[in-house]
Amino acid sequence: MTEALKNTTSATVTKNPILLEVKDLKKHFPIKKGFLISKVVGHVKAVDGVNFFIREQETLGLVGESGCGKTTTGRLILRAYEPTAGEVWFNDQQMGRVNVPDLDKHQLKMLRQNMQMIFQDPYSSLNPRMTLLQIVGEPLLVNGIAKGGELQDRVAELLRVVGLRPEYMTRYPHAFSGGQRQRIGVARALALNPQLVVCDEPVSALDVSIQAQTLNLLQDLQEQFGLTYLFVSHDLSVVEHISDRIAVMYVGKLVEAATTDALFQRPLHPYTEALLSAVPKPDPRLRTEPIVLPGDVADPANPPSGCYFHPRCRYAVDRCKTEEPVLRELEPEHFVSCHRAEELQLVGVLGKVAA
Amino acid sequence: MNNKKDALVEVNNLQTHFFLDEGTVRAVDGADFVIHRGETLGVVGESGCGKSVTARSILNIVPKPGKTVGGEILYHRRKSDGIEMLDLTQLPSQSDKMRSIRGAEISMIFQEPMTSLSPVHTIGNQIVEAIRLHRPVSKDEAEELAVEVLDLVGMPLPKRTVTQYAHELSGGMRQRAMIAMALSCHPSLLIADEPTTALDVTTEAQILRLMRQLQDELGMAIMFITHNLGVIAQMTENVVVMYMGKVVEQADVDTIFYHPQHPYTQALLQSIPRLGQKTARRGAGQSRLASIRGMVPDPYALPQGCAFHPRCNQMVAGECDLREPQMVEVAPGHRVRCLACAGV
Repeated sequence: MTEALKNTTSATVTKNPILLEVKDLKKHFPIKKGFLISKVVGHVKAVDGVNFFIREQETLGLVGESGCGKTTTGRLILRAYEPTAGEVWFNDQQMGRVNVPDLDKHQLKMLRQNMQMIFQDPYSSLNPRMTLLQIVGEPLLVNGIAKGGELQDRVAELLRVVGLRPEYMTRYPHAFSGGQRQRIGVARALALNPQLVVCDEPVSALDVSIQAQTLNLLQDLQEQFGLTYLFVSHDLSVVEHISDRIAVMYVGKLVEAATTDALFQRPLHPYTEALLSAVPKPDPRLRTEPIVLPGDVADPANPPSGCYFHPRCRYAVDRCKTEEPVLRELEPEHFVSCHRAEELQLVGVLGKVAA
Repeated sequence: MNNKKDALVEVNNLQTHFFLDEGTVRAVDGADFVIHRGETLGVVGESGCGKSVTARSILNIVPKPGKTVGGEILYHRRKSDGIEMLDLTQLPSQSDKMRSIRGAEISMIFQEPMTSLSPVHTIGNQIVEAIRLHRPVSKDEAEELAVEVLDLVGMPLPKRTVTQYAHELSGGMRQRAMIAMALSCHPSLLIADEPTTALDVTTEAQILRLMRQLQDELGMAIMFITHNLGVIAQMTENVVVMYMGKVVEQADVDTIFYHPQHPYTQALLQSIPRLGQKTARRGAGQSRLASIRGMVPDPYALPQGCAFHPRCNQMVAGECDLREPQMVEVAPGHRVRCLACAGV
C-alpha cells in the first residue's frame, strides 16, 4: 500500500514507519465522596504514565490482568476518555501527524474515520433496534460518505468481506450468533477504511471454535487492507498468536514491551515471567508448577511504594520498595521497567534458555 | 494413585430436556460417564453443549422448564454398613434425602462467585448456614468450623473474613470463599462449573493449585467443567468431550490430547492457540489457526444423524447425515461416538 521504509534489522521484522506514539499517557479518575458538596478524596490511577508506539500494519498486543488499565489505554487513544496528561501522536492520512488530546471537535471527527474500535461483548455493543444496514452503514452516513443505493452497496460489500451474506442486511442483531455478531462489529469498524483499529478483547466472549474463525478473519483483513491493530487482551495465547510486538501492563504502568519472540523467550520483567508460567498449558505431559504470585493485584487508588509489583515479586530487594523503576531500553526494542532486569535470568515460555 | 477405583457416580444415558414454547431443547441427550472416587473428571465442550445442565442434573437443580426425562444417575453413597445405591433422578428435588446429599456429599462451585454468594449476609453466616444445615453442631462450633475451612482454602485472615461481605473481597478471595463453603461438609464429589473462567491468569493459577492441594488432602472426586483445554490438561485424569448434549468422546487425559479419535475433539484441539507454539517455530511467518467451519447448530433444529456432520471434515455422505452414531469402545477406557471411527 504505502511505500514503507523497509530496513531489515537483525530480527526478521521489516520496520514500517511509526503510526501511533503514546508518550507518558495518564488517566486519573477522581474518587468523590459526600452528598451535595462532593469532595475529591483521591484518584484511581487507571493509566499512569504509559509509553509505547505502533508501526504501520503491525499488531501490538496489550496484555495485563483486569484493572491494569489496558482497556482505558485503548479508549484514551481514541479519546473516548479525556486523558489527564500525556501525548498521543497519530499519523493521520488526511491531517498528518497530530496529537490526539489537542484536537478540536471537528478534527476529532476526522480522526475517528481513521481510528476505530471493536468491542469485547458482541451482545451489548450492537443496538438491538437497528438493522445491519443501519449499524454498518451509520459511520458512512454520519460522515457523509455514502447514502441511498450507494450505501447499500457499500454495506453489502463490507458484510461480504467479513464473511456474512449481504441478504442479512435487513435483519436485526438478535438473529445472529455471538461469532456472527462479532463479525458485524468488525464490519462496522472497517466501514470507513480506518488506519488503526483498537480491538478490545474481541474474542474473549466467544467459544474456542468461533474464536479461531474470528482471529483468522482479523488476520486476513489486516493483510487485505493494511490495517494496524492495537489488540487488547488478557489471553496470552491469543496475544502471542496475533501480535508482532507485545506490551505488558501492571497497575496502570507499562512493565515490559518487546517483540513477541523476545518477550516470550526471554522475558525481562518478573511479572511477565509469572504471567507466562501461570497460563495452563494444553498438554497433559507438560504439567508444570506455575509461579504462583502471592496476594492480589495492587489497588490503583492506593498503589504500593517503589515498584508497584514489589509486594508480589519473588526477586524484590530493598531498592524495589523505595525507588520506582523507569521504563528503559535494555536491548534494542526491548523495554523493561525493573531495577534488576540485567542480573535476573528469567524463564520464558520454552523453559530455560541456555545462556 | 488409587488403583482400585470404585465408582462414585454413574451417569447412564442421561436425558434432560427443556420444554419451551418454541419447542423442546434436548440440552442433555444421552450422556454416559462414570466418576470414580477421588479422581478428577474433566468435562469440555462449547457453550450450549449441555455440560452445565449435566452438572445440575446430578444435583437435581435443573431450572424450571427443564426436566430429566430419561436415564439414571447412580450415586454410590458410603454408609457405615456398606454402600447404598441411589438413583438421583428418582429423588424429588425437594425431598429430605436429596437435600441431605446436595451441598453436603455433592457440592458445587459456580463460575461467577459474586452472583452465587449472598450480598446481604456475611461470608461467615453463609458458611455457618451450610454447616448447620447438614451437621449437628451448635452455632459456636459451626463458627469455629467456618474459620477452620476458610483457613484451609488459604484465606489470609480467616477470622476477619467471616465478618466480611462478598463485595469486600477480591475475585480470587470470593472464589476461595465459595470453595470453602462447598468443602465445609466434606463432600465426596465437588462439581466445579468453570470455577476459574472469570478470574485473571495469576489468580487462576492460585485457585487451581489450591484445588489440587485440597484434593490431595481431602480425597474428594472433582468434576471439572470448563471450555479451557489448558485447564483440562493440567487438572484432570479423565476427560469427557460433549457436543450438542451428547458425550462424543471419553478417555484418559493423555489419550484425549495425543490420540483423539472423534473429529470434533481433533478440531477443537487444533483450533486453540497454544502458548509458546508460535515462539517455538519462530521465523515461520504468520500462522493461521485451523478453525471449525460453521457454527454450533440451532438447538431447536438439530441436524439429522450425527449432530456434528455439517461441520465435520471426515463426514461420510449417506452415513453420517442419516444414521445416529452410537458410543463405541475403540480401546479399553476410550469410547467414541462416531461412525467413521467405528468403521476402523
